[in-house]
Amino acid sequence: MTEVATASATSGTALPPLAAPSSNLGLVSVFKRRYLLKLLVQREISARYERSFLGFLWSYINPLTQFFIYWYIMGIVMGAHATIQNYPVHVFSGLIIVHFFTETFGSGTASIMRNKSLVQKMPLPQEMFPVAAMLVSLWHVLPQLAILLVVCILTGWHPDMGTLIGGLLSVAILMMLGTALALIFSVANVFWRDFGSLVGILNNFVRFGCTMIYSYDQLSQHAGSLQPVVLGNPIAVACLLFQRAFWALSTDHPHHVLKTEFPPHLYRQGLEALAASLVILLFAQWFFSKFQARIPEQF
Amino acid sequence: MAEAIVAEHVTKDFVLRRHKTFKKMTVAKMRGEQTVDRFNAVDDVSFTIQQGESVGLMGLNGSGKSTLLKLVSGVMKPNKGTLLTRGRIAGLIATGAGFQNQLSGMENIYLNAAIYGLSEKETKAVLDEIIDFADIGQFIDQPVGTYSSGMSSRLGFAIAVHVDCDIFLADEILAVGDKPFKRKCLAKMQEIRESGRTIVYVSHAAGSVQKMCDRVICLEKGRLVFDGDVDEGIRFLHYEDEDDGDELAADDAELGADV
Repeated sequence: MTEVATASATSGTALPPLAAPSSNLGLVSVFKRRYLLKLLVQREISARYERSFLGFLWSYINPLTQFFIYWYIMGIVMGAHATIQNYPVHVFSGLIIVHFFTETFGSGTASIMRNKSLVQKMPLPQEMFPVAAMLVSLWHVLPQLAILLVVCILTGWHPDMGTLIGGLLSVAILMMLGTALALIFSVANVFWRDFGSLVGILNNFVRFGCTMIYSYDQLSQHAGSLQPVVLGNPIAVACLLFQRAFWALSTDHPHHVLKTEFPPHLYRQGLEALAASLVILLFAQWFFSKFQARIPEQF
Repeated sequence: MAEAIVAEHVTKDFVLRRHKTFKKMTVAKMRGEQTVDRFNAVDDVSFTIQQGESVGLMGLNGSGKSTLLKLVSGVMKPNKGTLLTRGRIAGLIATGAGFQNQLSGMENIYLNAAIYGLSEKETKAVLDEIIDFADIGQFIDQPVGTYSSGMSSRLGFAIAVHVDCDIFLADEILAVGDKPFKRKCLAKMQEIRESGRTIVYVSHAAGSVQKMCDRVICLEKGRLVFDGDVDEGIRFLHYEDEDDGDELAADDAELGADV
């Protein structure tokens, strides 16, 4: 609509059509207006840790402190170093991808409330805000990934095609699922702040529901009937894919590890998780569109 | 001539929650009380505004003017009826602009312009004019949260008038801002009007509506109660026979005469 409007305002010839001023195509219009999205992402990056002395470093302090807690408590006190090969990389590779999701979920849920001054007065697709929150979290993954790569190379990493395919598949699953949940919770949070509080609890389940501090092998030995529940979770599948890409190939016996520490049809599960995330995303868009009209009047 | 804004039976209702917590809601449900109230902020309003028309939207506080403007701008959607507009819409709603308080004035110019649909290049082309018009000096690089209400509406107005729009919305722009700025705003609005763009102007100042508009729409409790000639509309609202408002009337007349 805006392109048409520009043309008429400048040339003064062909009239733009009559249209509903509030019409928007949801996520499609978000990606049509990439320049605005870019501005919002840049703004988010600078605003997320606004007025904080350490600034963006908080994005690393959070996962790093978690890493040291798991490394010490689980690795040394509980003895995971002895049972899981190259345990720090096992934890760290899982943590990066899981933290990407939890950060997206957390900041995405708060995104509309945080931007209420814009939402109240400016017409823009409100899906912009959760999507921008997801992209900011994705941006924060990059330096962590650089650290992981260095550690992997130091511990004898031999990447294969699965690294690329599995890594990308894993990120794609969480981009979609993270955006979907951020969409649903951001709009729900406008009506009832309870949903913002719920995110912290759900994120805790996510952290412990993935094979991050424990291994797949341990899960299959001890989880019993709970195992399908854990592996039915797209986030856990994404975590396994990411660990296959980095951790498994940095161990001393990758072939053995690939056989024992991963489910037999990991890539198929990955594709299923991707499909499930897409379905959830479509549902999220429907949910968002249904309640979005009432957002501006809630503040 | 083509229509710029077409509203047909537009209704917008607001939901008022009576009970804020789960406990109170449960109790109310058990007693069989209503838990929500609805009221129509804009109630079955129909009108057509032609391109190039300049329309004054009048009514008392709470009559639904700002809600109607939000519907026209696309911030809100009508529950019932249809509202169609042609072309790009820019302007101010409820005195302030949609700014991000943490961002500097400069960053907010880029962000607002992008929301209106301008590209980076188009924004840069009008950037100096906007800064000139807002005339807030070095504060342009300070966070908007530190601005006075006058400063932020100056900046908001400056951005809105420099967007190449087809429909311009102005809501109580004269409520804040000092006299020289008001005069500058009205002059700019005249310029927009003469350029053939459509204007919807909300104001309580009868004098400026007389100067600025060729048609008046009046709302009362969300319903359209008058649509027509400017002077008749102002008379309809009894704005001119307030005997206790001598000072106000004088101020308003002066404002009108200024332009």
